[in-house]
Amino acid sequence: MSEDTRLTNAAGQSAALEGWYTLDDDSPALIGTRCTRCSTYYFPKMSRFCRNPDCDSEEFEEIELSREGTVWSYTDANYQPPEPYVSPEPFEPFAIIGVQLEKEQMIVLGQAARGITVSDLRVGMDVELVLETLYTDDDGDKLVWRWQPKQ
Amino acid sequence: MSDDIAILGVGMHPWGKWGKNFVEYGVKAARDALADSGVDWKDIQFVSGGGTVRCGYPGYVAGATFAQALGWNGAEVNTSYAACASGSQALAAARHKILSGACEVALVVGADTTPKGFLAPAKGYRPDDPDWVRFLVGITNPTYFGLYARRRMDLYGDTEDDFNIIKIKNSKHGFTNPNARYKKIFTEEDIAKSPMVADPLRLLHITATSDGGAALIVSSMDYAKRIGKADAVKVAAISTSTPTFASGNVEMPDIATDSAAAAGVSPISYRSTIALKAYEEAGISPKDVSLAEVYDLSCALEMDWMEDLRLCEEGEAAHLVRAGDTKVGGRLPVNASGGLSCFGEAVPAQAIAQVCELTWQLRGTAGERQVEGAKVGITANQGLFGHGSSVIVKR
Ligand SMILES: [Zn+2]
Repeated sequence: MSEDTRLTNAAGQSAALEGWYTLDDDSPALIGTRCTRCSTYYFPKMSRFCRNPDCDSEEFEEIELSREGTVWSYTDANYQPPEPYVSPEPFEPFAIIGVQLEKEQMIVLGQAARGITVSDLRVGMDVELVLETLYTDDDGDKLVWRWQPKQ
Repeated sequence: MSDDIAILGVGMHPWGKWGKNFVEYGVKAARDALADSGVDWKDIQFVSGGGTVRCGYPGYVAGATFAQALGWNGAEVNTSYAACASGSQALAAARHKILSGACEVALVVGADTTPKGFLAPAKGYRPDDPDWVRFLVGITNPTYFGLYARRRMDLYGDTEDDFNIIKIKNSKHGFTNPNARYKKIFTEEDIAKSPMVADPLRLLHITATSDGGAALIVSSMDYAKRIGKADAVKVAAISTSTPTFASGNVEMPDIATDSAAAAGVSPISYRSTIALKAYEEAGISPKDVSLAEVYDLSCALEMDWMEDLRLCEEGEAAHLVRAGDTKVGGRLPVNASGGLSCFGEAVPAQAIAQVCELTWQLRGTAGERQVEGAKVGITANQGLFGHGSSVIVKR
């Protein structure tokens, strides 16, 4: 079993998607890759072929993506998504944000932090990445990245 | 003389939830198109089917499946799968065959039966599958529609009223269309009462999935002349281009866009590049367009398409909508058929159905939804994984 190698933070929580983000308590970040030749960023991690048509590199390095960005757009989910989404009972609607990362020039989607609704959001607003519990199973809390408006 | 091909016949099986085998819809549409064209089935030299992945092996080889159902006649067959753009790719295959001289007259047909309920991804822990990942974090198809709709509101000042005007307009267009699934004229009140799905979009702002079938008989211009149909409506261009790196569009099922950081380019709207190629190929300008059939997965997306088709400047689609320009009788009708709003998606048939509608409109036989004096029509549609399409039809 791979149980021994399962990464957890100090509180014993682990990632819902292993290797997709650091479990750093203070400044967690998404983990992507960067092409070692043309420096194009990838999230989720790309380790096979660079998609830049001017580059045929197959070598990538792991990097942490910017953990702050601006709201590109936002919406919410008022109906319970199908599996593999694990819903609390009863289902609780949540907001979803597309975040523009300046350095990487890419948009990354994710849920908004707990308690944030669409009425709290505007295009262009500054947000930062936080980790929150997506669901809890026998292994404990499973964390996911979320976007939190900056105060 | 040109790269035009003739549309000799069109036919459809009404959209709905009929629960029949997809072959029935396709054969009905094909027989109607044959009758409309006056061409005998045994004279068809090429059958080009839009594939369906939801109907087992017969769907993967749809071209052959339809040819066998109509009675093997020795024609060559093709099946094109390109998600929602499958129908356009099937038409493109027939067009190339005709323009190269390899065949003179072809049947293009697509049909689908949709399962009831939500299509959930396969089970198990599959982090390499973007479709699995997005559902894990609760991102469904309406999420993407909601993101685009909300961005329009914050950037351009579009309102829920604008989405409602479009819904009501399309419901009026589809009301008299015998092939439409939903024939009900909706009111603001109906829409307000429908549940919020992905803010700002309510259930009535979002398209459903449907059963349906659509077919075309297309030929060389020479063949059309020989059978006395030199004045047939023509296909002037078909664009099925893929995105250009770095695509700035947030696309289903991805959780992030390309990074434009290193390529030294500004992100490009994929949707607009699809249409630009079609205009260039046809030698036709957006100013010449009489009407457009666009892929309105949501009412807000109809406005994105209007801008991507260059029917107006970016951010100005709502001005046309509010002025009534996009309804039948207006300056530039959009979705005179009623659009997906009244049809729902029948994936491999949808792009063909758009061409059927433009053909009726350009012939002047669209009945109560007729756009007066229609000379040039354009379609737009986009499927998952880099499949877009735009077809220009002219008199
Ligand atoms: Zn590269």
